[in-house]
Amino acid sequence: MISHATWRKMWMTALGWAASLVVAFPVFWMVLTSFKTETEAISRVPHLLFAPTLGNYRAIGAQARYLRFAWNSVVVAMGSTLLALLFAVPSAYSMAFHPTRRTRGTLLWMLSTKMMPPVGALVPVYLIFRDTGLLDTRTGLVVVDALANLPIVVWMLYTFFKDVPREVLEAGRMDGASALREIVDLLMPLSLPGIASTSLLAVILAWNEAFWSLTLTAAKAAPLTAFIASFSSPEGLFYAKLSAASTMAIAPILILGWASQKQLVRGLTFGAVK
Amino acid sequence: MSTTQTSAGRRSRASGLPGAGNAGFYANLPSIGVLLLWSVVPLGMTLWFCFRRYNLMAPERNGFDGLGNFRYLLSDPGLGMAVWNTVLLLGAVLVITVGLGTLLAVLFDQEFFGRGLARVLLLAPFFVMPTVSALLWKDMMLQPDNGVLAFLWRSFGFRPVDWFGRLPLLSIIVIVSWQWLPFAVLTLLTAVQSLDAERIEAARMDGAGPIALFRYILWPHLGRAVSATVMIETIFLLGVFAEIYVTTAGGPGFASTNLSFLIYRYVLMEYDIGGAAVASLLAIFLANLLALFLMRSFARNLDT
Amino acid sequence: MAQVELRQVRKSYGGDEIIRGVDLMLRDRELTVFVGPSGCGKSTLLRLIAGLEEITSGDVLIDGERVNEVPPSKRGLALVFQSYALYPHMTVAENMSFSLKLAGVGKAERERKVMEAARILHLEALLTRRPKDLSGGQRQRVAIGRAIVRHPKVFLFDEPLSNLDAALRVRMRLELTRLHRELEATMIYVTHDQVEAMTMADRIVVLQGGQVEQVGSPMELYNHPANQFVAGFIGSPRMNFLEAKAKENGEGETELVIGGSTATAPARLGVDLTGTGDAVTLGIRPEHVQVVSSGGLPTRVQGVEHLGSESYLHLATIAGEPLTVRVNGQTEVRPEQTVEVAFDPRFVHIFDRNGASLRRADDPSSSPAKPVGIGPGVSVV
Ligand SMILES: Nc1ncnc2c1ncn2[C@@H]1O[C@H](COP(=O)(O)OP(=O)(O)OP(=O)(O)O)[C@@H](O)[C@H]1O
Ligand SMILES: [Mg+2]
Repeated sequence: MISHATWRKMWMTALGWAASLVVAFPVFWMVLTSFKTETEAISRVPHLLFAPTLGNYRAIGAQARYLRFAWNSVVVAMGSTLLALLFAVPSAYSMAFHPTRRTRGTLLWMLSTKMMPPVGALVPVYLIFRDTGLLDTRTGLVVVDALANLPIVVWMLYTFFKDVPREVLEAGRMDGASALREIVDLLMPLSLPGIASTSLLAVILAWNEAFWSLTLTAAKAAPLTAFIASFSSPEGLFYAKLSAASTMAIAPILILGWASQKQLVRGLTFGAVK
Repeated sequence: MSTTQTSAGRRSRASGLPGAGNAGFYANLPSIGVLLLWSVVPLGMTLWFCFRRYNLMAPERNGFDGLGNFRYLLSDPGLGMAVWNTVLLLGAVLVITVGLGTLLAVLFDQEFFGRGLARVLLLAPFFVMPTVSALLWKDMMLQPDNGVLAFLWRSFGFRPVDWFGRLPLLSIIVIVSWQWLPFAVLTLLTAVQSLDAERIEAARMDGAGPIALFRYILWPHLGRAVSATVMIETIFLLGVFAEIYVTTAGGPGFASTNLSFLIYRYVLMEYDIGGAAVASLLAIFLANLLALFLMRSFARNLDT
Repeated sequence: MAQVELRQVRKSYGGDEIIRGVDLMLRDRELTVFVGPSGCGKSTLLRLIAGLEEITSGDVLIDGERVNEVPPSKRGLALVFQSYALYPHMTVAENMSFSLKLAGVGKAERERKVMEAARILHLEALLTRRPKDLSGGQRQRVAIGRAIVRHPKVFLFDEPLSNLDAALRVRMRLELTRLHRELEATMIYVTHDQVEAMTMADRIVVLQGGQVEQVGSPMELYNHPANQFVAGFIGSPRMNFLEAKAKENGEGETELVIGGSTATAPARLGVDLTGTGDAVTLGIRPEHVQVVSSGGLPTRVQGVEHLGSESYLHLATIAGEPLTVRVNGQTEVRPEQTVEVAFDPRFVHIFDRNGASLRRADDPSSSPAKPVGIGPGVSVV
């Protein structure tokens, strides 16, 4: 005799797992493929049982190219995040603790700059970069990614800063703290978890950013997104190697992302959903 | 009386806010400044190039061109397709992700075995970079010879579909929906979980069945989350680019070209800056139209 | 030497004027209490003095110097917040020495000052703890300690005891008054609790709707409330108010007709009621009403509260107006009973239609008045 509640739970288990397995299947398949030989990878009948090989990883890792792309990704993701934080922290502090009548409007305006599709700025940015020698440089990509993420970073920090009791900062002001000391000695330590998850989101967004990497960089400064794209050309049709490269490219972000999923919702919905 | 009061008020404001007030206010200016540059300079340059003949391959033929670029663009058969594809892509992905997302959010709100792990798996696509997910679908899922779907089709006795050749836009929609579904689920699930259990119980006591519960309790509660989801997705979906770039390159013909890709084509494939500028203007216009509408509904849901 | 002066201070948020022209002189070494109902602007006024809010118009002067534009930390004030606002990521010692560190005070000097404050507040054993590991009362003391180390000219407190339980509140009340004596400091203390105001204050400022209703010592406010609002706000339980009609009885005496009562109550109250019209309000505190066996104002008992040392009768007049009376703790009076009460004329307050107190010739605190009062409503003392 199985109770109604148990039946229900079993149904839900089946449905829930079916849904998540279907959704995650392509990623799972890609990881699996990365351990196959190229022949196994293009077989018309998918191989589930095979002798796993690390050959693809070895082949990819051995390319000097790959290391450069990976390093570009790291530098661009970190650099653009730090740059965005440098601007966003004071900005969010200002709006969270010194609101004026225009604060709400300012916040929405910042968001609206994000509404403009990046292509809208492609022509001018491309020309400016060409004339200033920023094309295909990491610096250029750092700047563009930081600017592109700035509204989101400001918003996310703003919602976290709003949780810090303003009396604590006021106490600091009574104690003689300047705005800078307030931010550095009080606000930042107090909202460290928020700043951490904001940084994480910015890193994720920059790591996965493809539009600017594909249009503004070439051999020198291209990050992993662009490297993976190069597999789409006919001569790059090595599915197993593609899978290995892709797995390596997404693994760090997958882990970071899973670790910060809760904060992510809040940040990406600009505090509308907590 | 009232005039002296306001003038006194103005005087003390002009002489500065006490404390960190001033610094607190100015701290916002750097961000405002760079964002202003980031949005105004490109717009200004775009406007300028709209009326210029300017091809990077023939820079010497640079000059004022009146409405030439507009005429050229309007005669481009790709333009109408690109606008239509952009709108279709946006609409389809929104409907799929929010619709499926709501169902999955309700499902994942239920207790079941291994729910935590299942949820983590469900989120995976969101963290996969666009070029990877595009290639993953193109080469391993939808590939007509050795893709997984082709195998499934064959095992059920159907002829495999040449997805990117025959249904390019649909294929793109599938990829992009797959990428954004987790985000919708995550957001809506968070919202579902914030629903007060007592409210559901109260409605049950009032005799509400599952349908009524969804219609009158859950859906209104989700309004805020849905509006946020739609807005964020719109932000990113208007700029879909890499998924097209690595799969169909906008083709066949213009069948899967959206505005982003059209502009890219003008700039980096035809080097036609003037044409690209006009198309950009159109993209910006379209985005702002949507933004106006979305921001309004979002702002209403906002507590600053 | 520290005195704070406010001149026509106003504060508006958007279009709402929250502080509406406050003039105050807060004297050196006095403990001044701002008291008033919730939302009347007490905190706002305090924050204007502290410099955390910008003044819309008017001036704040500290020791005669205009400080409108002086930043909070340069005004020589210390503020203790209602929520304590301790720095959660710092230890008790770090919390207290933060201001000194910002001011560039040397390490040894900092430690000395922190130890001194810790000794005064009995915090020596807690110096290395963080705020989350402290009890409410201890947090409160750290917040005060943070103020003490700065040796401010003026201490500002915003409802510092409102988050503590009743017993602790009484103890901290005493401790704060002790501190006030020991430090010989000027203090401004905000509360909405009139008991705190009465027990701690040298002078009380009663605020309502962003305006000062009255300033005075606790007993002045108790004995001579300037208006009905102050009369009702100061004293616990609240003063009773009864509608009354004033009449000349033809013998040059004022008679008060208390609504619903058939009898008239001629009372030589020493109040000139001519020109006030006929409608006034009579105010009498529960402790100044007596139950009499006969000849008093007839009332019905609605309820009895026994507090042990004393009891309160909640009565209703014939007109249905409520009336609270303090009686002996052992009273035998029961609900639904009818009792007659009489008022001690020395303690009767009369307010005109606008609530302003009509000044009286005799001072209740001075000599006992002639025992007057014949007939219902007035007892013979
Ligand atoms: N930043 C602000 N913007 C707009 N209105 C405000 C602001 N701060 C306070 N007020 C309003 O000013 C009025 C007085 O507030 P204040 O905090 O001074 O009251 P209070 O007397 O301290 O009350 P309480 O006893 O509840 O603490 C309130 O009506 C409040 O809504
Ligand atoms: Mg207050």
